[in-house]
Amino acid sequence: ILDLVNNQCWNRVVCWRAVASIAWAVLLLLPITAVFVILSRFSLLHPIQTFSGQSLCSFAIFSLILMCGVIIMVGFLNLEYYTVIPTIACSKIALLGQLLHPRQFVNSLAHCIMGIIVAWCCAVTLGGRYETIGYPCTQGDGTDSSPQMCLNEYHLILLLAGAFVGFSHSLLAVISNINYVSFHTVQQYKYLRFKGSLPFVVKCSAAQALYSVRNYIVVYFFLGYIPKAWICKTLNLHLNSSVHPLDSIAGLLDLSLLYHQWISASFLLFTWNITLLLFRIFVTEFLALQDVALLSQHSPSRRCEVFSLSQPGGHPHNWNAISKECLSLLADLTQRLVAYHDTVATNGRAKSLSTGSERKTSSETSFTSATEDLMSPRPTLLLRTPASVFARFVVGTPHSPLTAPFTPDLDSPFASPALRRLTAPLDQCSPWFGTVQSPHIMRRAPKLWSTSTGERRLMEDVRSLGSNGHLKLPEASSQALFADSQAHIWALEGLSYLVQASFSEDQFGVIQTTLPSILGCMLILQEAVDRHFKLPHASSKPVRSASGMGDSTYKTLRFALRATLKTAIYRITTTFGNHLNAVQMSAEHRKRLQQFLEYKE
Amino acid sequence: MCSLALFPAPLACGQTTLCESNNELLSGTATDHRLKQDSSPLSLYFPRESLKLHCRTESSSKAAFLDHSETLWMRSAAAWRDGGLTGLLNEITNSNTEVPKWLSVSSGFTLALLRWFSSFHGSLFPHLTMSSENMLAEFSQVLNWSDCVVRAFAWHPHADKFAVALLDDSIKIYNPKSATTPTLKHRLQRSVAAVQWKPMCASALAVACQNCLLVWHVDPCSLSTRPSSGCAQVLSNPGHSPVTSIAWSPSGSLLVSASPMDTAMMVWDVASESCVPLQRVGGGGVTFLSWSPDSSHVLASTPSALFRVWETRTWTCERWPCVKGRCQSGCWSPDGSRLLFTVQGEMVIYVLTFGDTPAGVPTCTSKGPQAAAVVADLSETTFNTADGDIIVGGEIHSLSWDPTGERLAVLLEGDPQAADRPAIIAVFKTRTNPIFELLPCGFVQGEPGAEPRMMQFHPNFQHGALLTVCWSSGRITHVPFYFLGAGVPHFGLSGSPSLPRPQERPADFANQSLFTELIS
Repeated sequence: ILDLVNNQCWNRVVCWRAVASIAWAVLLLLPITAVFVILSRFSLLHPIQTFSGQSLCSFAIFSLILMCGVIIMVGFLNLEYYTVIPTIACSKIALLGQLLHPRQFVNSLAHCIMGIIVAWCCAVTLGGRYETIGYPCTQGDGTDSSPQMCLNEYHLILLLAGAFVGFSHSLLAVISNINYVSFHTVQQYKYLRFKGSLPFVVKCSAAQALYSVRNYIVVYFFLGYIPKAWICKTLNLHLNSSVHPLDSIAGLLDLSLLYHQWISASFLLFTWNITLLLFRIFVTEFLALQDVALLSQHSPSRRCEVFSLSQPGGHPHNWNAISKECLSLLADLTQRLVAYHDTVATNGRAKSLSTGSERKTSSETSFTSATEDLMSPRPTLLLRTPASVFARFVVGTPHSPLTAPFTPDLDSPFASPALRRLTAPLDQCSPWFGTVQSPHIMRRAPKLWSTSTGERRLMEDVRSLGSNGHLKLPEASSQALFADSQAHIWALEGLSYLVQASFSEDQFGVIQTTLPSILGCMLILQEAVDRHFKLPHASSKPVRSASGMGDSTYKTLRFALRATLKTAIYRITTTFGNHLNAVQMSAEHRKRLQQFLEYKE
Repeated sequence: MCSLALFPAPLACGQTTLCESNNELLSGTATDHRLKQDSSPLSLYFPRESLKLHCRTESSSKAAFLDHSETLWMRSAAAWRDGGLTGLLNEITNSNTEVPKWLSVSSGFTLALLRWFSSFHGSLFPHLTMSSENMLAEFSQVLNWSDCVVRAFAWHPHADKFAVALLDDSIKIYNPKSATTPTLKHRLQRSVAAVQWKPMCASALAVACQNCLLVWHVDPCSLSTRPSSGCAQVLSNPGHSPVTSIAWSPSGSLLVSASPMDTAMMVWDVASESCVPLQRVGGGGVTFLSWSPDSSHVLASTPSALFRVWETRTWTCERWPCVKGRCQSGCWSPDGSRLLFTVQGEMVIYVLTFGDTPAGVPTCTSKGPQAAAVVADLSETTFNTADGDIIVGGEIHSLSWDPTGERLAVLLEGDPQAADRPAIIAVFKTRTNPIFELLPCGFVQGEPGAEPRMMQFHPNFQHGALLTVCWSSGRITHVPFYFLGAGVPHFGLSGSPSLPRPQERPADFANQSLFTELIS
């Protein structure tokens, strides 16, 4: 029940953000449409005529309302399908499996239909020869001149273009992980972020439209007769034999037609991409700020709370909770890396780790001794999803008990009251309220993965097929291993900033007790990461793909993690310097730490 | 507030500044100096003759090959690749015998239109018409950059090593504890304008080049003297070249870069090679960046009379228009609360004070100073020395504040044509706590004929401050300033620097305050 309530809370906040983003997208639709109308009527020879177009008919108003409906639908789909942990297909067959997934099929169908609707609106707005699907004509050779309805192929070609572009957009979305929401390197205000990325969206929409229209023309040239005949049959229209058919070379080489197709496709993609962009900006706004990494960096008063002792008893509950969660998260990653490395070493082939469930089992089965000593005795800690740590950090006051189901150790002494005090300032300032909830996004990914058993079996079959063939995509397994590393990066930054600040701010020596385990955990992780980067494909840089709306941040997360880890260790060693020699640790760790103290890593 | 008159007179010819001890700058003859310096491993000398220079640029290699007639298509493709749209239009216009007349005429017309437009744009921002070499020389923090043997210098923020970029586009890394001096060379490493080591890291070195940014990863344990170009990450963004200034965040997580050609300054996540452009209208580019030591603000100056101060939490900026010229240089106090800057065409140093509010909102937005205050006037002053009159003062090329906040070095441009107006480094004593104060210290001079070109303080010198100066002769010397910092507790006599101290204390001018916040 608690789970249910919690989900509702989480849904409420992200839904509000999504609704706000959709509202902005709908508001922006008007100027975008105006620009589209001006561009579509632009004629090179009569530039003045562009602005003296026909008055808006009732159809145009109706089409605008329809467009709003489409935008809302796109926004809804964004909300339904987004994820912060990308699904990375480890082989080409797995990718194919993703594309043929029933859910994806529904998605594509929806995009097709929305494409047709937008294209119809475009056709109506363009007017002229595109306006209706049928027109009265006199068929035959003059003897039998009864008025009939003939098919307007210009209208049809535009509608089908919309369907094609919508369909290809949904396929590309899967391939380039367009639903993946990444976190920006720097925090900016929404308006500035929007303004900054607008030119890029225009450029990439126009380019994508160009490629889609090119592909569409080829398809229409060869297969255009099928929908044409079908439409004629169902709507009881006739083909006007006196008009040149469009699925011929001469018909398709009509420059004005090409231009209108392209501008309609750009309009369609631009409105959708703008909706996506607004959604991303709204959902991730000030998300990282509430995260412990940035708070520990920017807010001395909050740090003071961390270093404080509980009033009766004098236990550093706040710090214990934070350090324990971060360390378990890091130990989890270490285990995953060690397990992966073992699999590669023994079988000679990597076990693909693209689902959360499987990842858990892998860390369960191979329980290495390396991290055992520094972990708490409860092995359940290791099985947590990264989401739990964020759930713990940001327990907002109104629903702090609600996050409990996500943390296995319900009986732990550091239950919510201690953390509530820590996070209390959050609730006081209203713009931050939404951010309290936002880490729940992290929980979304497991939810997305939990497909029905039938589908999972299918996916696993597909995966086993891919894993032993040469269809494997190189470095994809390495990407999948680090797919959720944003959480680890934040944990590392948060821990290291807190430890750095503790050098001058920690009055009670709260950090000192955990310093050995923090250092040990980081050094073990450093060793595991180093070993991982010695594997083939792990250290190869992915090709930078600047085009498209897809976010490729997940491809480089492992490099970011490696750099952050090193920086985190250096942050601690430069702050403490030779004082670290007094810290208890194993000889091997001391040797490794000495390298850092001498700046030789 | 004529401040240079309070300085001790410059040294006579043949004398060089050795160090500061007991509130006094000690000098010696050049030969003594050289003997002493040559024994220390960190003093370097790069004679101009020892460097092999590039005599030609890459694009001019075309002339070395036989003319080969290609089809128009091939030439157009090559022109598009090399010169972009302008190159393509140029090629079509020039080969008017092979293309239809309307095409060549229309491309010629478009080209003329483009040129007219760019000249119009250039008249708004004159620096856009410069070649990239001239632009680098104009906006570099190095005096007379194009003629300088040592083009960039950077101490490592934690370890005792430094990187030197030379005229032949190579970078050498010197470490007194290691026998190897790695030399970094890369195909794209041309016209190095700045180098900086990544904080909280032992190995990463960012290099601002003509066409891109390079981040070298030089393994300190490696014995290789020529790390392969695979050790370098190339960060580039279309339109973002030449890069004239770079700055790492003090926490080592972000890198910002600036180009006078690009109105956006780039914030790089180096590990993932992704960048976020921070664009603002106005200014026409970004020339110089400086990150405050507490990582809360970034100074970004533009080629026009305007500079910006960004706060780094939400990356918003405030505009500071200048009256006369562009902001030439700037430096932050160690606690990040004060920004000293100089303006081209003026002979004064300004200060801006930022509040310690947690949100990083400077005081000027509330009720603090609405304008910058003048802290030092460095207008020309004539000194009578044994070798005749020497005029010191004028425009300021760069500023450098030592990490303890006790010494401020100012590189004065001088006049290269006039022999009696040399470029010189003036050093001030500063105090930031409890109030900001400036006191004269002295001039730092090198051997005869050598002018200072660039200077940098050692980031963690134990006994005070260590100023590293790169001279026009290709020599790099280190001038230590021995003092006990105000923040350092005095441990009796054992903490005092172990240098021969003269008995007489010429404290006449040393205690005259030039600027304090009390009187201003």
